[in-house]
Formats: sequence, structure tokens, C-alpha cells
Amino acid sequence: MYDFAYQKPSSLADAVKALSADPDAKALAGGMTLIPVLKQRLNKPSLLVDLAKLGLVGITVSGNTVTIAGMTTHGAVAADAGLKSKIPSLSEMASFIGDEAVRHRGTIGGSLANNDPAADYPAAVLALDATIKTDRRSIKGDDFFQGMFTTTLEQGELITAVEFPAPEKGAYEKFRNPASRYAIVGVYVAKTAGGVRVAVTGAGQGGVFRHTAMEQALSANFSPDAIANITTPVDGLNSDIHASAEYRAHLVGVMAKRAVARAY
Amino acid sequence: MPFEGIGAAVRRKEDARFLSGRGNYTDDINRPGQLHAFVRRSDRPHARIGRIDTEQAAKAPGVVAVFTGADMAADNVGGLPCGWQIHNKDGSPMKEPPHPVIAVDKVRHVGDPVAVVVAETKQAAKDAAELIEIDYQELPAVASVRDAIAPGASLVHDDAPGNICYDWHIGDKALVDAAFAKAAKVVKLELTNNRLIPNAMEPRAAVGDFDPHGGDFTLYTTSQNPHVIRLLMGAFVLHIPENKLRVVAPDVGGGFGSKIYHYAEEAIVTWAAGKVRRPVKWTAERNESFMSDAHGRDHDTMAEMALDADGNFLALRVSTLANMGGYLSTFAPCIPTYLYATLLAGVYKTPVIYCEVKAVFTNTVPVDAYRGAGRPEATFLLERLVDACARDTGMDRVAIRRKNFIPADAFPYQTPVALQYDSGDYQATLDACLKAADYAGFEARRAAAAAKGKLRGIGISTYLEACGIAPSAVVGSLGARAGLYEVANIKVHPTGSVSVYTGTHSHGQGHETTLAQLVTDQLGVPFDQVEVVHGDTGKIPFGMGTYGSRSLAVGGTAMVKAMDKIIAKGKKIAAHLMEASVEDIEFKDGQFSVAGTDKSKTLTDISLAAYVPHNYPIEELEPGLDETAFYDPKNFTFPGGCHVAEVEIDKDTGVAEVVNFVAVDDVGRVINPMIVEGQVQGGVAQGIGQALLENAVYDEGGQLLSGSFMDYSMPRANDLPMIKVGTETTLCTHNPLGVKGCGEVGAIGSPPAVINAVIDALKDYGVRHIDMPASPQKLWSIIRSGTPRMAAE
Repeated sequence: MYDFAYQKPSSLADAVKALSADPDAKALAGGMTLIPVLKQRLNKPSLLVDLAKLGLVGITVSGNTVTIAGMTTHGAVAADAGLKSKIPSLSEMASFIGDEAVRHRGTIGGSLANNDPAADYPAAVLALDATIKTDRRSIKGDDFFQGMFTTTLEQGELITAVEFPAPEKGAYEKFRNPASRYAIVGVYVAKTAGGVRVAVTGAGQGGVFRHTAMEQALSANFSPDAIANITTPVDGLNSDIHASAEYRAHLVGVMAKRAVARAY
Repeated sequence: MPFEGIGAAVRRKEDARFLSGRGNYTDDINRPGQLHAFVRRSDRPHARIGRIDTEQAAKAPGVVAVFTGADMAADNVGGLPCGWQIHNKDGSPMKEPPHPVIAVDKVRHVGDPVAVVVAETKQAAKDAAELIEIDYQELPAVASVRDAIAPGASLVHDDAPGNICYDWHIGDKALVDAAFAKAAKVVKLELTNNRLIPNAMEPRAAVGDFDPHGGDFTLYTTSQNPHVIRLLMGAFVLHIPENKLRVVAPDVGGGFGSKIYHYAEEAIVTWAAGKVRRPVKWTAERNESFMSDAHGRDHDTMAEMALDADGNFLALRVSTLANMGGYLSTFAPCIPTYLYATLLAGVYKTPVIYCEVKAVFTNTVPVDAYRGAGRPEATFLLERLVDACARDTGMDRVAIRRKNFIPADAFPYQTPVALQYDSGDYQATLDACLKAADYAGFEARRAAAAAKGKLRGIGISTYLEACGIAPSAVVGSLGARAGLYEVANIKVHPTGSVSVYTGTHSHGQGHETTLAQLVTDQLGVPFDQVEVVHGDTGKIPFGMGTYGSRSLAVGGTAMVKAMDKIIAKGKKIAAHLMEASVEDIEFKDGQFSVAGTDKSKTLTDISLAAYVPHNYPIEELEPGLDETAFYDPKNFTFPGGCHVAEVEIDKDTGVAEVVNFVAVDDVGRVINPMIVEGQVQGGVAQGIGQALLENAVYDEGGQLLSGSFMDYSMPRANDLPMIKVGTETTLCTHNPLGVKGCGEVGAIGSPPAVINAVIDALKDYGVRHIDMPASPQKLWSIIRSGTPRMAAE
């Protein structure tokens, strides 16, 4: 990696200030993507602002809402009993992110801010109709993702927490890339108060997206059969040496049906 | 004393060191004043090099020197040599273009070294390397053998027309063609053997050291054969005589063949150390491993079997295009010839065989031996073709194999493709494997899987391979530029402990354990008093290293020969001490005794007398108990066996899962059954990796698309079933231990078993062949487009 300066502020205000002042500064929120990118010299930040000391860790359950602080690790999300009782599908999803080491370093805020098109959390945020809390505002999940590796976050804006309303039931099904084990296709299906939401990660060129045709069908009849004949348009889907756009489109249907069948 | 000799499942001596982080790997070695080298590599698949501007790099902080190919050429540094010369059909030698250590006029693959920065830190070297400006004039690239031999294709080497390295053949074409002409049935199969990237856990590394006082060079390197590196680099590249060059290969974390070869970086650090007069270290980053470690396999083949009306094999005809990559790696030419085509008889009595092989240059990383080296390619071809024969003739897959097996009473058996097998019993390994796999009960399991929506299939592979490549005179006549003997030096120390200096090299195989067991067995020395030393030309008389599953069959035999000398000398000393005739001395379990009496001496009594020769036959016998043997084998050894795989395929996604795997191998006498089981399991894991997951993918322009673990699928524990391993033994007849070799059988036998199982699972979908890897997308396409045949059909 290239040389960079490093700060580990102990207040959110200091972190925001440091990141706002320097367009080449980067936030370090676990680093499970950033550190490999730096090691490959694909990024050259002037400054890394480590968010580990901001106290943004923990999970609280209040009524029907689960709030996960931005620097909470996937491992902590997977292990939290309160979360598991409210949104077991989210708990399970976190337990399948990356590997053991990644789950103990990677954070929910880091994953969402990065918005990797094959990451799992963006699907959870869209499907569960979550709200992203930052140092300055609340952003609905539907407004947050702006295409791969792009979000509405402003320079220096930091995710402090994510609020998940508990769905009636839900499930996440992931078809893994055999090499990287990222999602080639991941489908999160949630039956919520406002209807059924279906979010697809891994498949789209623009990153995570909602599958409205499936949502409508499932809102009318929440069963795998309801979406058996819904095809996913190939246009706009990723294609690589592991999976063509056609194969991904097919897998979206398979994963969605499995998620519906398994929703709990 | 617990049983620790031949046949004991003794725990591995080396594991305590490895598992507790106390291994001593090349990258752990740091010499005083050490500098770091970083190699600037080509990011172009094929280009002429114009100007290389190193001025800014040379001025960068911490930089000591920047070198290019021109600097090495000016210093009379030679190219990386090729250790095997193949001759064309017409008798002319293969094309053997120069392989500069650092590219000079042209780059020929992504990863080809273009310049080297030597600096105080690796970071400084890497920073400076980015400042080197290279003018490339890009040329069209060829990545696949098909593209490379197409008319008008861009030439990788100007002096290799058509990109052909050689056009070689073996067997009697006229006889084969005649057999085809009268065949009742001809079964054809076109197949590829996918390119693999070895990915040893430890990346390659090298440290060059120069002692200005005596002018001695030392190279520490991740090698499977330090003496070979000393010979190749000293004699051909850097012109350093052996007495001034020591090569040390300390603990090495996996090789699988990829660490046999003499690589550019070894020459670079050694040469640079002499230039800058300080030690120079280089350690590969993983992305460099992908683009600079020799790759494996990569064949395109057309195979045809001629059969009579009863299903007897009459003749086999094979035509193969083998990808050599951009340059000839050290042993590349012999892999698709003498380690491939000579194996095409397999376990079958096919009377005539003809095979022609065109080796082709492409703009890809050089291809060389990788676990199995030629034999997996031959085995995949043959075992797929035999299944296709069964399918096309309507015969049972087991029955057609049994019908064509070389019978157990036919040994020694001369194949039509040069090899003479010494021993084997293929019915026995097949029977044992089918039993262990409950082959008879498979249809019930298939039905049970179908009930839960899965397609289940079973596949068989009955394979044979050749280990311990030999003898030297024969391989020399076939083009080898090295001997293939092995060396052991055994020192019985004064108080009876033993050091073994072996020319083989352990990089995961457990030699420190297995070879110590030989000493325990033969000399009766307790296992914990035997030390096995390897990997240092400064300590070991000579050696050819470890590859081709040769260490026990060749290196172990050299040890037995050296121990025979120890025993013979010990008997003379014992005879003197006990005032008996040498002929009356017997040696057993570490005791020299006088036949028919209760007089005896321990090995320690004898060794002490040998080193403190107060009462000693000094007139007839030198002091000391230290013997060396060089052993040149009479023949290859021929392990073989049967692998059975069972897979389940998810119809919705195309994912194939290996749910059962049984290997029953004949590896000759087993020294340590635990180590054999582990070696077979590791090999099978790699074989399943090749069959279902691994694939080195180049785009048409020569860029490596699977250049990291993000896209290159290594097999992981959860991709694998519990792998059941059994052995059925026939002894090798030409080495004293009766051993054959077990390091590669897993990787050789398993891929066709898995693919045969996949095709069996998809039998209702009209699929006749699937090339590796049988990826989910590939299987899904077949399931989607294939119409399931009706049960009645």
C-alpha cells in the first residue's frame, strides 16, 4: 500500500471534521474491503480515519425496531439474542457474510457505505425497509443506494446506526460465487406491514435493486408458486466468467422462491 | 520400544514445528544488511519493448539499484534453461527459444519480468518500480492453442513458425489405422483438460547472499530440488561453479510441482546480491504467484477408441494440442509427451496405441508439471473415453473395464507405448473400491435423491500412473538433460543416533517422519533418534529433489542402499569385537549377533567403536560409520487403483456436490498409513477442485481473468466430502522396499471419477461429455436445454 496518515478520533464530530476537510481522506470501518484495495495499491488515500473509537457499537431492541450501531460487526449482529428474536433472518444473513475473520472485523456501516454490488447488507436494508441514521440525517433505504459503490452519503457523512423494523417474516437466500463466496445472486424476501419487499443483490449492474414484479405477486399470495412464472429481465444484470446475465436472472427466481418458502 | 517402523501410523515429526508457527520458511530468513527486490512485470500479454526509462526510479528514496534485461545481458547472464529436449516426428529438435531472466526485446505474457528495483525496503522498491517508464508497442496476442495454431496467428517467438514448439508422436500409426479400419465400433471424444494455477499456500520467495571475502553465493529459495537449481542457475544462467554456490530450500509450504522449476527471481536475487554486494530478498505477492508460477494442464484433445463387437479395445488414437505458454519452463516439454502419451494404455490391454502431440506457444504463463503432470491428462482422457465406449456400445461401465483390464497374471506387462509395468491387480482395487463405495446399493440412493429433487450419479475411474521417473540412461535417450537417480548419506553418530541426508525434499509430504521410519525399521534405531535433513546443497552430497512421487521409491531406496553399507561395515566391526567370522554375524533389530551363540553387540556399541577405534580392525577398515549411496532405478513404479465418486446435482441451480468419495489405491508397500491417507485425501481434494471448481481463464487478448482468489476457485473443506481411502497392495518388484508412491494418485484418479458421476447424474439429459470444471452455470445450461428422456425410452 501507499503511505497514508492515520487518525483514530474519539468523537464523532472529530471524525466528521477530519473526513470533511480532506476529499482524499477515507473512513476505516472494519476495512474488509478497503485494506485489500490499499494493499493492491488501487486506492491512495491521504488519510485513514479509523472509526473504531467512536463508540458506535451495539444493538438495541425497542418495540418492533432493532437498531444496530454503525460499527457493529457482522459477528456481533449474528450473535445478538435480541435481534435474533425479532429478525432471525437478518441474524442468519450476518452469520453467512464472508468468513469468520471477516465477520469479526467487518461492520454494518462499512458494508453499507461501500455498497459493493455483491454485498449482503444492502439487500437486507432494502427488503426490510430500514432507515440509515447518519451524523446529520435519516435516509430511507430506498433512497440510500445510488448504483454500485455509490450512495447518497456526502463527503464526511458517517453512518451512526441502522434501524430495522421487524418484518412479519423474512429470509435471505444467497448463491455464492465459488471463488470469492460473495453473492452471485442474493435475494432477501420480507413480508412487512407495508407489503412484501424483495431485494436482489449480486445480480444487478447498478447494485442492489427491488424486484417489484415479485413484490406485487407475493403481496397478493405469499407463496413460491406466486412467483414461479415471473422472469427477471436480463437487461442490466451482471455477467462474468462465473455467471452470465441469463444464469443470474434464473438464479434470482430460484433464490426468491427458496426465500419465500423458508421465510420465518 | 513402540512400533515405529514400516507400516506404523506414526504422527508426523514436523507437524509440531509447523502447527506452532516455528517453521523456518524462506521469507523468515533475513540476512544482515538485506535489501529487497521488487519485479516490475508486464501488464501486456504481448508487446515489443521500446525504451525503458529507469532514471526516476533510480533516484527514488531508498533505491540502491534498478536492473533491466539489458543489464543482465551486458553481464553475460544466460537465459533460463530447459531441462528436456523433445524431437519432432521428423527427428529434428523442438524449437527452444531463449528465455531471458528479464525480458529484453519482447514481453510474452502478463507477468513477464521487465525490470527489477533493489531498495532498502520492499515498500521503497515497489514505489520506485511504478516510476519506471516502459514504451510498449503492443502486438496481437494468442492465449489458446486453437488461436495460436490458426493460420496467420501472431507469433510468440519469431523463430517458431505457427507457434509450434514441437510436433511429436509415439506408437505405430499404421497398425493403429489398420485396427480402426476393421473395428466394429469407433468411439470418439473431444475434450479439454482445464488449465490450473497451483497456488501453494506459501508464495515463492528467494534470498540471494554474496560473501565478498570468499566470493561465495548462497541462494535461499522455495524449491523442491535445490541441487537442480544450483546446477541450472550456476551452470547456465550465472556461470557460478558449484563450489561457489550453495542453494538452501528450507521449510517449503507446498509445491505440487510449481516449485521444481528454476525461476527468474532466483537468478535475479543471486545476481543482484553480487552486483550490490548485499543480500537481496524477493517474496511473491499472491497476484504475482498467479502470473508467474508455472501453470498446469491445458490440453485440447481428440481421442478415439476402436472396439470389436464384444467390446474389446482394439486400438487407441489420440491427437493433443498442449499449451506451453510464452516460454519453455524447466521440464515443460516432457509433460505432454513422456509423462502423458506413455500412460495412454492405462490399466487396459489395448494392443496398439498412437498419439501425436503438438506443443504450442501462447501468450500465457508457462505451463509445466503440476501434481500428476501428464498422468491426470492421460487418465481423464482414458477414463472419460472408456465411459463413452460403455455408453455408445450399451455395455456396463464396470463390465467394459473388467473385460479390458490387463490381467493380474500378465506382469511384467509391456504396453504399446514404451512402458513396462512391473506389478498390479486392477480387478482387486476395483472390487475393493466398489465394495467400500456400496456400488451395488447405488440405485436406491439415486432414487432417494430423486425423491428430494436431486440428480444423483456415480462415477468410476480405474487408473494407473507412473512414478519415480527413471532410469537415467533411458530418460537421457528420450531427451532429459539430467539424471534421475537419488542420493542418501546416512551418518550413524558415535552414540548411536542417526542423521539422514537425503537429496529429496519435503514440502508437506512428511519425509522427516516416513524416512525416519525406514531407519527405525532397518537399523533398529528409535524413531526419535533419527533426524532427516534435506534441502541444503551445503549439507547433502547431491540429489534430484522431490516430484513425480519419487521420494520413497528412489530416495528411500538410496537410503536402503546406504543402510546396507552401514550394516555391512557394522558386521565387520562386530566380527572383530566378538572375535567371530564376518559370515557368522547376523544383524536384526539393531543387534549384531554371532549366529548360534548368545554373543551380541548393539548398533551403538559398533558406532562407538567406529568413532573411538581403540579396539578396531584399523588395518582393514576405515573408522567412522557414515555411508552414502547413489541409486538409479531400473524402471518407473506403477501405482494404480480405483476411485468412485458420487455426486448430487441441484436441478434448479446446477450445483454439483460430491457426496461420497472412495479411493482404493495400490501404492505398493505402505510405510506410514496415516501419511498415505493424508496424501491421497489431499490429492483427491485437488482433483475435485479441478473437476468442479478450478479454472485459469484467459480472455482472447491474453489477459488473465482468474488472476486472484476472487475469481480462481480453490477447493475448500466444505466443498469436499469425507474422502475414504483404502489400499490394496502389490509390491513393486524392482526396489527393495516394494514401494510405488502415493503423492499424486489422488489428483490423477479422481477428476474423471467426478465427471463420470456428473454425466451419470445427467444421463436423462442427453449429455455425452462435460469438460472441467463442471461449474454450476455449465450444468444448469445442460439441464435447461436437455429434454429429460422418458423412463421407457
